[in-house]
Amino acid sequence: MALISVEGLDITFPLYHGNSRSLKRTLAAAVQPARNAPSAHLQQDARDRVVVQVLHDISFRLNPGDRLGLIGSNGAGKTTLLRALAGIYEPVAGRVRVSGTVGALLNTNLGMNVDLSGRENIRLRGLFHGLTRTRIAAVEQDVQDFAELGTFMDMPVKTYSSGMLVRLAFGLATAITPQILLMDEWFLAGDAAFMTKARHRLEALVDRAEILVVSTHQPEVMQAWCTRVLWLDGGAIRMDGPPDMVLPAYLAR
Amino acid sequence: MAVSGAGAPAEPVMDLAPQRGPGRITAALRDIGAGLALWRLGLALGWLDIKLRYRGSILGPLWLTISTAVMVGAMGVLYATLFHMDLHKFLPFLSLSLVLWGFIGGVVNDAPTVFTQAAPLVMSIRMPLFVHVLRMVVRNVLVLLHNVIVIVVVFALYGTRPHETLTIAPVLALWLLDAGAIALLFGTLGARFRDIGPIVASLMQIFFFVTPIIWPPEMIFVGRQYMLLNPFFPVLEILRGPLLGESVRASIWLAAGVHSVVLWALALGLFCRMRARIAYWI
Repeated sequence: MALISVEGLDITFPLYHGNSRSLKRTLAAAVQPARNAPSAHLQQDARDRVVVQVLHDISFRLNPGDRLGLIGSNGAGKTTLLRALAGIYEPVAGRVRVSGTVGALLNTNLGMNVDLSGRENIRLRGLFHGLTRTRIAAVEQDVQDFAELGTFMDMPVKTYSSGMLVRLAFGLATAITPQILLMDEWFLAGDAAFMTKARHRLEALVDRAEILVVSTHQPEVMQAWCTRVLWLDGGAIRMDGPPDMVLPAYLAR
Repeated sequence: MAVSGAGAPAEPVMDLAPQRGPGRITAALRDIGAGLALWRLGLALGWLDIKLRYRGSILGPLWLTISTAVMVGAMGVLYATLFHMDLHKFLPFLSLSLVLWGFIGGVVNDAPTVFTQAAPLVMSIRMPLFVHVLRMVVRNVLVLLHNVIVIVVVFALYGTRPHETLTIAPVLALWLLDAGAIALLFGTLGARFRDIGPIVASLMQIFFFVTPIIWPPEMIFVGRQYMLLNPFFPVLEILRGPLLGESVRASIWLAAGVHSVVLWALALGLFCRMRARIAYWI
């Protein structure tokens, strides 16, 4: 049974590059009055390093059937939270427990190597998931049909138009069904024709997934898909509840 | 830990929290284990790296062989004349040394960027970091295999016969292990400090001249005992000696073992401590 449990999660990023001492001095004045303001802020950790606090004391639990939407302004920590759930950033404090296979649709190119062809990227993804040769061939066919790439399947991904790239990434990401689907908002962007086609496939995937976590700026998507909305503000939870409660509050802010 | 494919019997469980002491060691060893289990992916990534480098070129990876052959030929004739050496003895030595050093240099120079280069992949999916180490080692082994052709031709031309061939297989395994450790050690350092790459590259230039590669080890008399301190010489010699049909002194074997153990201890120590931070750095 799929499950996500987050307890007291903290994520801070160290600021190493550049002279952090002088950076600190430069920013001190700007940050000081805003210490408690709702935005990611600079702090000093125990070892006197300058760090950016991106997520602070996040706790929630998701059971099968839960559809969680993350909402918040830019820099609120939505993508970082998704990455923490995917296990890319390990907690600086707190605990993240995820049981079930995870599908993460986080950045536009899904970590694809743009110098490799679409087919090669699909093969690598299949190898990562431990698929057999026949399964990989099936996924290849599926993605090729969906993305309508034709002969471009054997061309380097960097020669693709942005539309083709989104179609390939989308097809690839939705070809393997995970129990837990983590999705960043870019996935909902795209031209109208593609969106109609993609919507059906995405909805099927969302239906099959036991847990969905999606971050988006679009309230209507959230209204349609989510059963619960988490409003992130400055790296902390501002509000947590059903869409009918959180969305009006968020929009009225 | 890692996401398993559909139809896996047990559901994967990922439980992440900041770790101390033994927990870090377990997590690091699990990363290495999971990375090794994905060897097919490592192999494919390494092979595609080579394929990409020569995509659009007519001769493709054969250029590796050709450029090595040209270098061995030119340097062989030049240095044999300068040092008044017998080409029959010198050319097999030089070809073997240059090719093996090419592997060492390739691994050490690639190591600092082993994680930073994989940043898009690291940022998009949770994957054992050791996969990237495998990829780099595979890539360099493939380069080495292309260059082995030059050695085989030179050895055949001059009738050089390896002896004590029993030790060659275990020594090759040790080389692969050491390459993995170098990648872990410098890869972790290089992710945190971007200056590691240039520093390592300039040090390797010095080691190229200090280590007996273009000059035979017999040529040095003064300070000979210090040669065992050079981390590259003993490891190089235990493979080169038997291949050239020479026996290797016990002290060299011992030094090679000690250097490898120290290298692995440093690499594991650093990787255990910093593994969870690497994603934050790149």
